[in-house]
Amino acid sequence: MSFVVPKESFNGKVLAVDFGKDDKALIVGGESCMPFLSFEGETPNRPVIAHEIQDCSPDDWPDTVKEAYKDVSSDPVAWASHCQDKLNAKAIALRLVSTHPDRIDRSAEDAAKLIKDVLAAINVPLIILGSNHIEKDSTVLVAAAEAASGHNCIIGKAQEGNYKTIVAAALAHNHKLIAMSELDINLAKQLNILITQMGFDKQKLITDPMCSALGYGLEYTYSVMERIRLAGLAQNDQTMQPPILGDVGMYVWKIKETVAGEADVPEWGTLAERGIAWETVTATSMVLSGSNLLIMRHPSAIQNVEKTIDELTSS
Amino acid sequence: MIIIGEKISIIAKKVREAMNARDPKPIQELAEAQWKAGAHFIDVNIGPAEENGEDLMKWMVESIQEKVQAPLCLDTTNASALEAGLKVHNNKWGKALINSTSNDPERFIMLELAAKHNAEIIALTVGKGGLPADAEERCAIAAEIMGRAAEMGVPMEDIYLDPLILQVCTTQDQAMHSIKAIQMFQELNDPPMKTVVGLSNISNGVPKAMRSLIDRVYLTLLMYEGLTAAIANPLDKDLMDVMKTTEVFMNKTLYAHSYLEM
Repeated sequence: MSFVVPKESFNGKVLAVDFGKDDKALIVGGESCMPFLSFEGETPNRPVIAHEIQDCSPDDWPDTVKEAYKDVSSDPVAWASHCQDKLNAKAIALRLVSTHPDRIDRSAEDAAKLIKDVLAAINVPLIILGSNHIEKDSTVLVAAAEAASGHNCIIGKAQEGNYKTIVAAALAHNHKLIAMSELDINLAKQLNILITQMGFDKQKLITDPMCSALGYGLEYTYSVMERIRLAGLAQNDQTMQPPILGDVGMYVWKIKETVAGEADVPEWGTLAERGIAWETVTATSMVLSGSNLLIMRHPSAIQNVEKTIDELTSS
Repeated sequence: MIIIGEKISIIAKKVREAMNARDPKPIQELAEAQWKAGAHFIDVNIGPAEENGEDLMKWMVESIQEKVQAPLCLDTTNASALEAGLKVHNNKWGKALINSTSNDPERFIMLELAAKHNAEIIALTVGKGGLPADAEERCAIAAEIMGRAAEMGVPMEDIYLDPLILQVCTTQDQAMHSIKAIQMFQELNDPPMKTVVGLSNISNGVPKAMRSLIDRVYLTLLMYEGLTAAIANPLDKDLMDVMKTTEVFMNKTLYAHSYLEM
């Protein structure tokens, strides 16, 4: 008797969310099975990796990743164009870190102007991220949503403390929205419920259950993402069916393994390789646990993960 | 947990009058209210419908499905009326559910209709004679019905075994027999057989103010034993809240602070 692969099929399905415009628009999600198990269901859209840039020089990034963008990173518009034209980025994630009160405290108006400039320079889809300051984000992201009106961007992150204004802005300007909660599946569900109760279409939502780097709680993120997927698929929980975001780069490029010099820890090997490997492994784990959209920093790490996705999706 | 909304019944005066007058509005409103409250099936109980049964059931199915995108549970002892309903039932939102067959030879025809029209069916574990004494007797009857269903080509997954709930105020000891039957029914097949109860039977004859309490406590016990579906009143918010909470405890739904609103 020949071996028959046991198959599991589900009633639920991950929602397919599109972002961007025209022929550069992308769709994430839409699968009816666990990641890459295409023999059990449909997997219509491969995970998307967005290249992360920010609105000021990345002085806080470690050398390995700073080096990769040294010629363009002083100008966000040039940086965005470089990612699109030279690195073939399919999507770009612009993080408005300089709006944070502890950084430059740049105004919402300045952020809005920059977004218009970046959008004029690129045609791939744009993800607009705040500085992760609850109060400031609720003014910055409102201005950002307006500035990007008509571009079908993803904006975020809406959190428990500021979701109302950000949801209203995404609704008014027809953007997709990232809802972020802090590594707690029940809170992730609750936030999705609250956002949809405001009249925001669940088909426009992306869940960020909060990422983490390998060695720094990755297993918690992995487990929460996997459980979100299973709730959406196996229990057909409508609130747990939006695509999942893995915001990888910002968690990886600050830990000591991506920063510590070779002289200090010679047994850890080459610093550059180490950092790239760390981001690669972290991001690969995220797509395996259910991430549909990744935000990453190093071009080589992005290439590595794209290659892995190629291999996992080729039949 | 599958809820079969029980409110559209000939026993209710408002429904009976609407049926007689062929006035769709009150029936459609009741169907929509139950559907919005979380019913998966809408029960359509037209009674024995000896006169114009076919015409009545056809009209009921069409009127309800015009407003509600859900499968219906067709509830009548009149087989030709039931078949008329099955013929017009829109399966787009799920198969129709026949209510019901049993071990009474007069009800065997319902299994034939299930096979012919690709419908699901409730099987009451009672025969022609008296009521089943205990869970074991209910299982013996269930096994006979399952054998008959297999001969007629009704798949086991299309059958909901119903232990027949009896009223607690007159036959108190039967409450536990039915709960045990729910547990034992599932073991009659692999994958487990589906089960259903007419929940409000448990509180028949009880003072009105106590009925909802009795229904929902009993529902919790049945759910704990793995009950698949209940014919119940989805407009009873307390009952629905208890059901949702039990589903959380049993890990059937994921907890969130607003779970009662979902």
